[in-house]
Amino acid sequence: MFLYYIRLGLRSLRRNPVLTILMMLSIGFGVAASITSYAVLRVTSTNPIPQKSSQLFAVQIDNTGPKYNFHGEPFDSLSYIDAMALLDAGKAQRQTALYPVEVSVIPDDPSGIPFNARTYAVYSTAFEMFEIPFIYGHGWSTREDQDRIPVVVISRSVNDKLFKGENSVGRTIHLDGHSYAIAGVMDTWDPEPLYVDPSNSSSFGNPIELFIPFTHAVNIKLPSGGNVNCAKDPGNGWEAWLSSECTWVLYFAELPNEVAARRYHEFLFNYAADQQRSGRFDWPANVRLRNVEEWLAYHQVVPPEAKLSLMVSLGILISCIVNTAGLLLAKFIRRSPEIGLRRALGASRRSVHEQFLIEAMTVGLGGGIFGLLLILGIIKFVVGLVFDPSIARLVHATSGIISITLLVAILATVFAALYPVWRAARVEPTVHLKLG
Amino acid sequence: MQVPLIFAALRRHKSTTLLMVLQIALALAIVSNTLFIIQERISLSRRPTGLNERNLLTIQNVWANADIGPITSLAQSDLLALRHIPGVADATQMNSFPLVATGWREAVHLDPDPAPAKWITQGQIYASDEHTLSTLGIKLIAGRDFRSEEIAESDQKSLTPPAVIIITKALADKIYPNEVAIGKPVYLTISDDIRPSVIIGIVEQLTSPFSRARSYRETSILIPAHIAGKRSFYLVRSSEGQLTTVAKAAPEALLAVSHMRILSGRGAIRTFSQVRADAYRDDRSLAIMMGMVCVVLLTITAGGIVGLNTFMIDRRRRQTGIRRALGGTHRDILTFFLIENLIISIGGAALGVLLAYWLDIALMRTFQMERLSPAYVGIGVAVLLFLGMLSTLAPALRASQIPPIEAMRSV
Repeated sequence: MFLYYIRLGLRSLRRNPVLTILMMLSIGFGVAASITSYAVLRVTSTNPIPQKSSQLFAVQIDNTGPKYNFHGEPFDSLSYIDAMALLDAGKAQRQTALYPVEVSVIPDDPSGIPFNARTYAVYSTAFEMFEIPFIYGHGWSTREDQDRIPVVVISRSVNDKLFKGENSVGRTIHLDGHSYAIAGVMDTWDPEPLYVDPSNSSSFGNPIELFIPFTHAVNIKLPSGGNVNCAKDPGNGWEAWLSSECTWVLYFAELPNEVAARRYHEFLFNYAADQQRSGRFDWPANVRLRNVEEWLAYHQVVPPEAKLSLMVSLGILISCIVNTAGLLLAKFIRRSPEIGLRRALGASRRSVHEQFLIEAMTVGLGGGIFGLLLILGIIKFVVGLVFDPSIARLVHATSGIISITLLVAILATVFAALYPVWRAARVEPTVHLKLG
Repeated sequence: MQVPLIFAALRRHKSTTLLMVLQIALALAIVSNTLFIIQERISLSRRPTGLNERNLLTIQNVWANADIGPITSLAQSDLLALRHIPGVADATQMNSFPLVATGWREAVHLDPDPAPAKWITQGQIYASDEHTLSTLGIKLIAGRDFRSEEIAESDQKSLTPPAVIIITKALADKIYPNEVAIGKPVYLTISDDIRPSVIIGIVEQLTSPFSRARSYRETSILIPAHIAGKRSFYLVRSSEGQLTTVAKAAPEALLAVSHMRILSGRGAIRTFSQVRADAYRDDRSLAIMMGMVCVVLLTITAGGIVGLNTFMIDRRRRQTGIRRALGGTHRDILTFFLIENLIISIGGAALGVLLAYWLDIALMRTFQMERLSPAYVGIGVAVLLFLGMLSTLAPALRASQIPPIEAMRSV
């Protein structure tokens, strides 16, 4: 019976090709628009480290007071004083201070052209905290942290560029006139969005290529390559800079469970309250401890364009469903004589329902296929136009997207068909037989 | 005379009429809001910077050497080399420029007490020299330009407050309203050293480096300084028509001065129109996408209306035939269906206006957009009424050709 209905459906679709194509276009377009927007929204709102996002926390301490902070929110980064105080206290299971630095990689070959690499200064704990994978070697140890040794962890891409992908552990590279021993080569590590530092440059931009020890970077006076906020002038010289109230050090703590997180929050609060008592802060303790998801939500890494286009395309989908409903109604009612005949020959309402729903589903399937073609075209030509290239590179037509598209197309058409089908099945056999 | 008749007819086609009304309403709501978004984004991306953006080249220079020592003299050689390129009118070195998305602000005080509570506003700091105004084409409306002996050579950390500054008119109006600002002091907390900086010039406009800046967009301060640092910008004005040749020659000239620099990568060498396009890329492309959405949505809506109209008119072949037989002219039939569609469209538009404002409130809440201006709803209504007429025309014309004999046939 099912196959028979499909054949009936196809025949009826062929009888009225313009109407059929119009319906398929309508469904296809509505589905394509909404699924593409959904795909973009999904890649921008994925959790970059799902297994650990509730255990990694960004730490903020207000060291500027209500006059300078942002609607009561402390700056994203800490002053060097606060970061060092937290590190010395060592209250979290693991913790790291980090900051972006601007260095250039200088090839050994004198004719080689120097290039920039996205670099962060971190502590040795960072590799475990952020679960950074290695192909060769590993991160450095706490000894290198303490002794401020110039070591470096390089990305796979830098290793490919400089050493043609060979194991380069133990060799040296030159960054701005300093030489560094390679401790490890990362495997591809590209968390999207880059949760460790959403405020500096694009969160969906290039991955981090080099890590050097924080202690060494401070030792050779590398300035921050990211946002720096100074409520008071730091004064002259590096020592003055380190003891200033300028904020430029990002700080992450790993806390295994809620109890630990609560305790750490208390510790932070007490620390800030102590600063107030000692006269350094003349405002009440104002601290934040945000886990990765809260941190990303706070930074609104999902571009507003993505949400806006999802809203608009949902509107389009609704509009297309209404459109299809109208066309289906026209089509079905026009076939009242046929329905009357079938009913008179003993077909139940139920079988009329079935027949027309299946016909609608074939329309939905056709619309879905058309929508898929559209999506492939949109992903290829339009997403790159509308969204930043760093986001566009993440949007692909996965099997998930393909099946969702077909499913949504069919569901949307069936939904659009509900009323027309109900109307069709209400046809009284006798009326149309007489007229016919 | 036809109108009561039409209402009677519509009552017999409740569901089709309702679907058409709904379709028009939805299209109107979406189209008027997207048109509004398009207009908003386009006008945002056209906001002036105060610069003469024609024939302006920007170069981002990154020294591949941490040693700050020789940078000052290297930068001076760079500027000389740039000015010697044929077709170059002038060149300057800056720490930042409008729309480049990097820069720094300082609090502006009017008395020497640096207490944080006492600042008046914040100023965007542009480290400039005596070539900056002429290179950028910024209009000096009062006072004078910097002189070469006033330009400090310094690195970021040892910078001290300058003795003289040039500010924008917006900043002057803010700190010295109804007064002549030239010759008056301001205090910038650039270092511990508290010294007045005297305003020597006022420029018409110079905006923030951040394209989306909402606050402190117009309050900028030019300080006479070359800041030696790993990253700095050279801006070059070419003579008319020479921009492409200059853009090609500039990196070669710089590399001839020194090889230890990075001039490659996105954003290293850009004309100012590229800078503007990059800064407003998201807005422009959102506008393009919304435009495409509008066109396709209107096409589909039109298709739907044609389909439904054809159906509604076809179903009344017999009645139409009877009307013709009873003396109705072609014209009567045509106007009947056109007016019928107009009534449906007006119903749809009325519902659509409500929907449009409802959608606008939702969008405003989520995206902090401006209130939808009625002009766009008006445009949407006009477009949809026109579209409705257009898509009724073909089926209505066909209906008017129905011969009276049709009345005799059974269905």
